Amino acid sequence: MFSASDLKKGLKIQIDGAPWVITEFEFCKPGKGTALYRCRMKNMITGIGMEKTYRPTDKIDEPDIEEREMYYSYFDGNSYIFSDPNTFEEMSVAADVLGNKTYFLIEESLCNFVLFNGEPIDIALPTFIEKEITETEPGVRGDTATNVMKPAKIDNGYELQVPLFINQGDIIKIDTRTGAYAERVSKA
Amino acid sequence: MADKLQNLALRSAFLRAVRDFFYSAGFLEVETKVRIAAPAPEEYIEAVPSGEQFLRTSPELEMKCLLADGMQKIFQIGSCFRLGEFGRKHREEFTMLEFYAAKWDYLTLANFTASLVMETAQKLFGTTKVNFWGKSYDLGRATFITVDDAFKRYAGVSAFQADADGTFDERMVTKVEPELGKEGLTFLMDYPANRASLSKISEVDPRVARRWELYLGGVELANAFGELTDAAEQKERFQKSAAFRASQNMARYPEPEAFFAALDKGLPESSGCALGIDRLVMILCNADNIGDVRA
Repeated sequence: MFSASDLKKGLKIQIDGAPWVITEFEFCKPGKGTALYRCRMKNMITGIGMEKTYRPTDKIDEPDIEEREMYYSYFDGNSYIFSDPNTFEEMSVAADVLGNKTYFLIEESLCNFVLFNGEPIDIALPTFIEKEITETEPGVRGDTATNVMKPAKIDNGYELQVPLFINQGDIIKIDTRTGAYAERVSKA
Repeated sequence: MADKLQNLALRSAFLRAVRDFFYSAGFLEVETKVRIAAPAPEEYIEAVPSGEQFLRTSPELEMKCLLADGMQKIFQIGSCFRLGEFGRKHREEFTMLEFYAAKWDYLTLANFTASLVMETAQKLFGTTKVNFWGKSYDLGRATFITVDDAFKRYAGVSAFQADADGTFDERMVTKVEPELGKEGLTFLMDYPANRASLSKISEVDPRVARRWELYLGGVELANAFGELTDAAEQKERFQKSAAFRASQNMARYPEPEAFFAALDKGLPESSGCALGIDRLVMILCNADNIGDVRA
């Protein structure tokens, strides 16, 4: 249990069985009145935000949150299997937890897991991965502008927007947090 | 660091302008004890213990003793201490400007306080227009609204209702305060009677007290009372808040004997105001945090 005076930006709390992280915090004390703790928070699973004000006597549940590193092993046809680098204990993760990130999984790469009650709710992959462009319209020679984009695909079928000068066979960097093109690594 | 030194230079100029203002208005500067035997038993203010005694949470009781002794217009600038108060607008140790004038009513005091803010800003900047946290304000403008009107307008409920159902403070912080002082100074007038603290009850409307608070940009700057001078009523209120503190397992304070003696001797009809120097300097400096304007 936390008490209201423990509240601060970044603290993770539990409300009605869901984990929330405090994104903004303010200590308030209206003239001669009681202290109040104003929090803006984000649901760690749905990403929904809300505001809540606590009183000094309030008690707040502490969520069972664990952060650990796991590396990606393989896809078993249904789930994505990750392994603990020390104990080799395996954990299987359903595709919907990963969303778009399934396109960016690379075997043996270390990922940061956030577990709530032992279940993964957020998985951070290495920020940048390198992929080959397998399909795109031919590049426009000499056009180095990065603000005009065209569609392209990588080997696993993931489609993204890339600058006009990118060609089939080029290796690019993708930001796994957004799924967006970051930069060209090498030409075909 | 450069920002902080600039802030401290402005703070110095501001304090000088404040003192000039009070001296010109015929006030005497006083210094009362910082380490005291008995703080006022306020419901939600915690004193920092200092040996067998306490660091003052405000110089109110000691300055009222000077009024009872016969002083007429006095002011004091000094450190006060409140345990556990820390945030963007709070520090456990902060600087209070506190002033009292015998014979003045709380409206005279409000006008005087508006002039204090306006004239010191004019002296510092050559204008009363300031920018604070991304918005502009004119410290030369002052508006008045009663607590009840503000609650009805911004919280959709009467202040008396909110007070009765225990939601007053929460609505004040989340709904009312952000709407106060949006263009210039706002005086929030006439608190519900059971939030009178050390102010007297209105002769016109016994549901409210002669108490106001001053706001700018949603930030509370000052609290003021038409002072309660009735000794029996003041002692009864202290007993009530001491009982509340005991029921909440809060620290017990000794009776403020010297203040009670002053009440028995006779406190003159008077009004008094406490203004947070750090808060006002934070606004004048457009500082992000109150810690940025304190050494």
